[in-house]
Amino acid sequence: MRDSVVNNTHEHWDIVLEPKTSFFRLNLKDVWQYRDLMWLFVRRDFVAQYKQTILGPLWHVIQPLLTTLVFLFLFGSVAKIGTDEIEPILFYMSGIAIWNYFAACLTNTSTTFVTNASIFGKVYFPRLVIPLSIVISNIIRFGIQFGLLLIFMIWYAFKGVPIVITYYWLFIPVLVILMAGIGFGLGVIISSLTTKYRDMALLLTFAVQLGMYVTPIAYPFSFLETTKYQWLVGINPLSPIVEAFRYCLFSRATVSMSALLYSFIFMIVVVVTGMLIFNKVEKDFMDTV
Amino acid sequence: MSDIVIEVNHLSKQYRLGQIGTGSMAHDINRWWYRVRGKEDPYMKIGEENERTTKGNSEYVWALQEVDFKVEHGKVLGIIGRNGAGKSTLLKILSRTTAPTKGNVKIKGRVASLLEVGTGFHPELTGRENIFLNGAILGMTKNEIKHKFDDIVSFAGVERYVDTPVKRYSSGMYVRLAFSVAAHLEPEILIVDEVLAVGDAEFQKKCLGKMKDVSSNDGRTILFVSHNMTAIKNLCDSVLYMRNGRVAEMGPTNQVINNYLSHYVNSSLRQVFEDPTEAPGNELVKVKRIEVCPRLDNELSPITVNTQVDIEFEFWNYIENKTINLSLHLYTIAQECVFNVGTPALKLSKGLHKGICRIPANLLNDGIYSVSMMVVADRSSVMYHYEHAVSFEVQENRDASGWHGKWPGFVRPMLDFTLE
Repeated sequence: MRDSVVNNTHEHWDIVLEPKTSFFRLNLKDVWQYRDLMWLFVRRDFVAQYKQTILGPLWHVIQPLLTTLVFLFLFGSVAKIGTDEIEPILFYMSGIAIWNYFAACLTNTSTTFVTNASIFGKVYFPRLVIPLSIVISNIIRFGIQFGLLLIFMIWYAFKGVPIVITYYWLFIPVLVILMAGIGFGLGVIISSLTTKYRDMALLLTFAVQLGMYVTPIAYPFSFLETTKYQWLVGINPLSPIVEAFRYCLFSRATVSMSALLYSFIFMIVVVVTGMLIFNKVEKDFMDTV
Repeated sequence: MSDIVIEVNHLSKQYRLGQIGTGSMAHDINRWWYRVRGKEDPYMKIGEENERTTKGNSEYVWALQEVDFKVEHGKVLGIIGRNGAGKSTLLKILSRTTAPTKGNVKIKGRVASLLEVGTGFHPELTGRENIFLNGAILGMTKNEIKHKFDDIVSFAGVERYVDTPVKRYSSGMYVRLAFSVAAHLEPEILIVDEVLAVGDAEFQKKCLGKMKDVSSNDGRTILFVSHNMTAIKNLCDSVLYMRNGRVAEMGPTNQVINNYLSHYVNSSLRQVFEDPTEAPGNELVKVKRIEVCPRLDNELSPITVNTQVDIEFEFWNYIENKTINLSLHLYTIAQECVFNVGTPALKLSKGLHKGICRIPANLLNDGIYSVSMMVVADRSSVMYHYEHAVSFEVQENRDASGWHGKWPGFVRPMLDFTLE
């Protein structure tokens, strides 16, 4: 340590590698410098997935359509759960689109370290680029599913079902960002925790499946209003987002500003914690992954 | 303003051996508990050396210990040492894929590493798409890559296949493309680890040339890890010799390489133990002698590719009623096995026994080799394994050939090869 006194006078070092840097140094500037890489990852995720398939990106449409049909049969015809007087197909499709986006953000970011270990082990770039690119490439997928929903809405409008476009539509991007934030934050926390102990990853697939049932995807929030399970769906920060999404589209749902504020605060907390933990883990996860 | 671009101070790196499971959870909790009470981490005590062949008594191992050195701008520093000496760990820290446990590293400028080429290549994407992706992973911006795209493609020689998915490439094309992207990076500091082991001879020459260009014309600093002493001699201004996680020596290329080779080779042409109590082995077998005996007219002349080398063994056998045979492994300096040969199995009596393995002239290529010996009972159970017992260097026979480069390949047999 004696030498450092002499050396540190007017030296400028671009990079200083130390065992532990401050918990709060996030290096967001680095992420910005690597923005080209982020777009290339987005592209790679999107392009590589459908190479050597015949239907290609059509798969983005087929999957939600089939899920909608199953819901229509199970929850509509068999269980006879109402849909807040929204046309059932539109009701399920909107729920599925936004839920799929959340689930994809969460599950894909949660394996960031494990699936990219081979790249991370060889080159440095801000690791945060990967989860961010996942969130972005899934927005494209969400866009396709949303487009499909719009086509159905137009078709129903021609058939005489009242569909109105209100100013609330402008609020939809905010809801998508809320969804993305929660998925990203939770995913990043899980990915950081799974570098050493894989237990969390095993829990996740199953948690996402169950999570859909405590979120008003296949049923409206109003359906639970009289039951004792209402609190369970009520504390779920995703519920207000889904309900608000439907409210924007169809002007019918159960949502309040305070519930949305709750979701917003939840998102901020999750994103900040996620980035802090991620930042701590990214430095030497290669030794434990 | 000094010219130092890399400064490494008291750098140490600890790894945990074994598996991660509930046991490591207990360590984590213990460590956290020490930290809460403001005590030093109980698993961080400096001490045990990273000697791979002896089993340590701790679950933690120091891959690097108290490494200090500086590199000046525009210099090519070679890093040598046996496998497990800490070279790769050092490069991993410098290329920021892992963080140090203690100490620090200060760097001026952008660092790019070719720890292994082709990082992030996606088999389904085309050559073009992969050039952009790989370039960006290595730290180039899209515009930089666009600018150099044609150079990259022509350096790799894959013009025809640019729009074909790389999974259809031959492995040679794949490696050439990958190296080509990396070679067109323009970092201030370039880290190269053994990439030259791949590709054909012509491409290797191209790569070495490119490295030389990069350092002398563009004034870039290069750290170069290799087992190829010829390449190190040709390229490096100075050499860092690592041994068991520490810096053994740093200095002018020829001096350090000579010390390294002599340490590695000459001390170990023979191992003789007259007293069985001190000899390596166990209650079943003890080794009395292993010796490399070159069949040379003049004892002082070096072993060349044209020399017959006998490896002689003597050992005490303490067991009866078992069929025993000896097995010999010959390794290169990079720890690749050249061959494994065995004697016929015999019923041996108790007492001293002897074996000789004759490696004929005109078989081995030039290089440094080490010998491991195994005593095997009933053709299946290893009674004793004496790893890297002796080693020797085979030199090029300068008088005989008109060729001065390094011959490729592990062996250089004299075969019946005619031309009419």
